[in-house]
Amino acid sequence: MTEPAGVEAEELVGQSSVWADAWKYLRTNPLFLIGLTVMVVMVAMALFPSVFALGADPTDCDLSMSRRPPSAEHWFGMDLQGCDYYANVIYGARTSVAIGVLTVIGVLVIGVLVGSLAGYFGGWADTVLARITDVFFGIPLFLGALVLLTVSAQRSVWTVSLALVVFGWMTAMRLVRSSVVSIRGADYVLAAQALGASSGRILVRHILPNALAPVLIYATIAVGTFISAEAALTYLGIGLQAPEISWGLQINVAQSLIGSSPHLLFFPALFLSVTVLGFILLGDALRDALDPKRR
Amino acid sequence: MTRFVLRRLLLTIPVLIGASLLIYAMVYALPGDPVRALAGDRPLSPAVQAQIRAEFNLDDPFPVQYAKYIWGLLHGDFGQDFSGRPVLEIIGQRLPVTVKLTIVAVFFEALFGIAAGILASLRRNSFFDNLVLISTTLLVSIPVFVLGFLAQFVFGFKLGWFPIAGVADGWVSYLLPGLVLASLSMAYVARLTRTAMLEAFSADYIRTARAKGVGRSRIVMRHAFRNSLIPVVTFIGADIGSLLGGAIVTESVFNLPGLGRAIFDAVRSQQGPVVVGIVTLMVFFYIFFNLVVDVLYAVIDPRIRYD
Repeated sequence: MTEPAGVEAEELVGQSSVWADAWKYLRTNPLFLIGLTVMVVMVAMALFPSVFALGADPTDCDLSMSRRPPSAEHWFGMDLQGCDYYANVIYGARTSVAIGVLTVIGVLVIGVLVGSLAGYFGGWADTVLARITDVFFGIPLFLGALVLLTVSAQRSVWTVSLALVVFGWMTAMRLVRSSVVSIRGADYVLAAQALGASSGRILVRHILPNALAPVLIYATIAVGTFISAEAALTYLGIGLQAPEISWGLQINVAQSLIGSSPHLLFFPALFLSVTVLGFILLGDALRDALDPKRR
Repeated sequence: MTRFVLRRLLLTIPVLIGASLLIYAMVYALPGDPVRALAGDRPLSPAVQAQIRAEFNLDDPFPVQYAKYIWGLLHGDFGQDFSGRPVLEIIGQRLPVTVKLTIVAVFFEALFGIAAGILASLRRNSFFDNLVLISTTLLVSIPVFVLGFLAQFVFGFKLGWFPIAGVADGWVSYLLPGLVLASLSMAYVARLTRTAMLEAFSADYIRTARAKGVGRSRIVMRHAFRNSLIPVVTFIGADIGSLLGGAIVTESVFNLPGLGRAIFDAVRSQQGPVVVGIVTLMVFFYIFFNLVVDVLYAVIDPRIRYD
């Protein structure tokens, strides 16, 4: 008998958790919808490039067609090797999205782990972990990744992501740490402690679900930042290497041909920028949605 | 005040040591042969390898190695390139270009960023305000090197307003690269100024000033702007340190013979020691500027000292 009464009461107040409320706002926000569309299209492109490439093969090349401008047959023209540029740009989405997603997962794992331990236990653990974070913060993401990749023997999607994770986790750690600190003293946490719940259970079941919003917003925007950083590293010649297909590599090749074949620069640059923009819009909208004061 | 500065200085020391240790460990203590990693694809003869091992003290225990490395850094020994030229000499030659580029970039960043921010805040939700919001979002999304190519192609190649690359034309050659390097920070400065100004406009002291009958321009410039300046100046100061890192990409795109271009060339010719030497210097700059800004912040804003 108590069950129906509870439901009734909930209906009276109107079920509006933070996330439900945020979703109500996001559904009608055009910037969020644009960002979401970009993200879905790019992820789909990364998963099923052959569908988007309409059957064109990025490695099917004909040197006599080198650097042809865009035409009805080859929408984005041909690259230096005479390969269909449209297919190449489409296939380039995979490496960019893979590096963005892998890096953010790594950053979230380290950031949440270190941040929640430092924030929850405080004291010595906090001091030591915060100092270590300071040291990593002393080295800018791009410079640190540059050195790590200079000395690493092989460069693949994995090593580039790893280099970005090693010098990119600190902001996530600080965000998690500060929200865990602010939640640690909440009544429901004290209640759980009084009931004899273990530290692990309190952290995972009670604190983290309520502490993750800021770091998730950051992570969304960070996907764009990391994709952009990969492209810049690859452009410098220290990220991915051929025969990998990546927008950074395409831009690198296009650089010296900018005068005669601007289309080689234009298309990968456009895809890269739109992807980064999509994640930024998504993150911005998410932040506004989760913080009603900003609306 | 003195206590705050001293504490902040002391806190920087472990960061400096930690950062240099981190860089050192990445290069010399990772599994694998550092000599081979630094050499890249070119095989070295055993004699050269032995010489490099001796030179970098690789046969000593790790703490001794690291101590010798730090001792060298403190004496300006940032390593050598493969022809035996000290990296410090390269730095001495290239630094002026990077410093000029940074000055131009900071100038643009402050000028356009603050102006756009103030104008946007004066008429909230107006056409100009939205224009600033949209253009800053776009600027943040476009990677610096894409923006560089775009500017190079449109203003240098098609329109011919600016030199395409190089530094043959003196300060004029720095205008376009400076603008590109500043673009990202310019967007942040504009947004930061806008937010700070809007916050100030709703503050009590502005209402008091209005009630006293102070003129609009005086309210904007003397009351709101001066108080909004603190976070903006802090950001610009700390940004000087990070602009040096961003200069790698910009200098490579515009072929400016600065520190960043030296890193780019060293990456291409696989001269690991040069990359590491210059990056170490840049990291020190970065930490240094953050320290200076923190201290200045406390000087400008007395409230911060009680933290």
